[in-house]
Amino acid sequence: MNSSEGKLKSSSSELDLDRPNIEDYLPSGSSIQEPHGKLRLRDLLDISPALTEAAGAIVDDSFTRCFKSNPAEPWNWNVYLFPLWCCGVVFRYLILFPMRALILTIGWIIFLSCFIPVHFLLKGNDNLRKKMERALVELICSFFVASWTGVVKYHGPRPSMRPKQVFVANHTSMIDFIILEQMTAFAVIMQKHPGWVGLLQSTILESVGCIWFNRSEAKDREIVTRKLREHSQGADNNPLLIFPEGTCVNNQYSVMFKKGAFELGCTVCPIAIKYNKIFVDAFWNSRKQSFTMHLLQLMTSWAVVCDVWYLEPQNLRPGETPIEFAERIRDIISVRAGLKKVPWDGYLKYSRPSPKHRERKQQSFAESVLRGLELEEK
Amino acid sequence: MGNTSSMLTQYDIEEVQQHCNNAFSQQEIVSLYERFCQLDRNGGGFVSGEEFLSVPEFAVNPLSQRLLRMLDGLNFKEFVAFLSAFSPRATVQQKIEFIFKVYDSDGNGKVIFNDMLDVLHDLTGQFISEQQREVDLILEMPLFTDCKQVLTKVLEEAGYNKESLLVMSDFVKILGSSGLKMEVEVPVD
Repeated sequence: MNSSEGKLKSSSSELDLDRPNIEDYLPSGSSIQEPHGKLRLRDLLDISPALTEAAGAIVDDSFTRCFKSNPAEPWNWNVYLFPLWCCGVVFRYLILFPMRALILTIGWIIFLSCFIPVHFLLKGNDNLRKKMERALVELICSFFVASWTGVVKYHGPRPSMRPKQVFVANHTSMIDFIILEQMTAFAVIMQKHPGWVGLLQSTILESVGCIWFNRSEAKDREIVTRKLREHSQGADNNPLLIFPEGTCVNNQYSVMFKKGAFELGCTVCPIAIKYNKIFVDAFWNSRKQSFTMHLLQLMTSWAVVCDVWYLEPQNLRPGETPIEFAERIRDIISVRAGLKKVPWDGYLKYSRPSPKHRERKQQSFAESVLRGLELEEK
Repeated sequence: MGNTSSMLTQYDIEEVQQHCNNAFSQQEIVSLYERFCQLDRNGGGFVSGEEFLSVPEFAVNPLSQRLLRMLDGLNFKEFVAFLSAFSPRATVQQKIEFIFKVYDSDGNGKVIFNDMLDVLHDLTGQFISEQQREVDLILEMPLFTDCKQVLTKVLEEAGYNKESLLVMSDFVKILGSSGLKMEVEVPVD
């Protein structure tokens, strides 16, 4: 047996086991032709598999599909239905919308007139203050949900407040948080937003305990992981709600979960959220519209109908890595909410894929070329 | 055909269909147009290299840079013509022509040794390193661990050499015999 294996430089990517193997998800069949038998010129010149994959990606790719908002099917296409639709528009914009705006305003007035006094006057009495602030936040969220005529059906046992427990859910829009918050005051980890949303985040959400992160900061990840761990260990902190996808996805697909939530040594309770598209597409396409526009769109639709499932809490199994744990939970949530899984990291919306994916393909092709050469030496 | 129009007229569709030699059906062309508009985020009428690279599946492809040179700045008509080699209706000759164009980076109709070497480098990355020749200690035969040597050896076995200039007919001879599978399905709603 000769030692004629070609010298392959080990890929630096092997050291970074950050994500599950993408090859498990992508269509089977190597993208680069693997020569069989003796290596011929034809094997080297035939780049058709790599080209086919590139063209396939140009024509349609699973990543872009995750963020495609689905335009509502127009049903007003004939003489009989069109006036009906017009009436609907008039009703929605001129009657429903003002009513909802009114409800929301009343809600805010009640909330602020209770929250501000409680916040300042009960400064000494922390326990009571926290309880009341929690209840008030749940209240304002209920008002928000009412302002879109939210019809939310909760399934499964209500989460119990226990330490060492985190909740994870799929993410479609910032309203996910509001819908869950009206039932239980969660602490949440969010991207800091500009404008009035940011103001809300830094004032009111502080009272339920929130952790901020900044996607664009590279070092941020370690800081955030530390904060997550501290929070989850704390006995009387509100239970933490995490959206491990890291970005809003269109409620038909799920992107890969970041492992941060799964390596805290806590029980993970999955929550699945599915919106009913017939009424409104709740996907917040942050590239297309601001959150304000998104809210206005919701307030001028008929209703926001969704199902929320509280699923069985899971623990890290012996011998399971955090990534495998994350994927298992993603499976549970995707099956429940009818989402298709794609092997991409949501942050690819903002950055390029790491070179290690390409390196893996190159490595397998290089190996087969050298194998083909080896065969003729025998 | 307007750059920023989001609607294709029947006339536009027929013009594109003619330009790509009927490689795609009219429905496929409409789907491709939707896709083109989706990729062309800034609405400039062509898809820039950056916009193609924002598709992760494309960005991880080893030949992406080479293809970007061919794709950059194409308008929709040319975009469809580019993809026509991947249609199931395209002939093997057309597919081989496309492959030839990928190799022939300066477009002079001749593929030289360096063109083939560049593509081989793209496909193998750093995994076939430019190292000294290793010698198998048992058989005392020189081993090839270098792209240049691999390519030279394989070329010579096929009857060419390092100085050969390959033209289209050579490619047809080399690739034409075995079944060339190079097809992509355009999703139609």
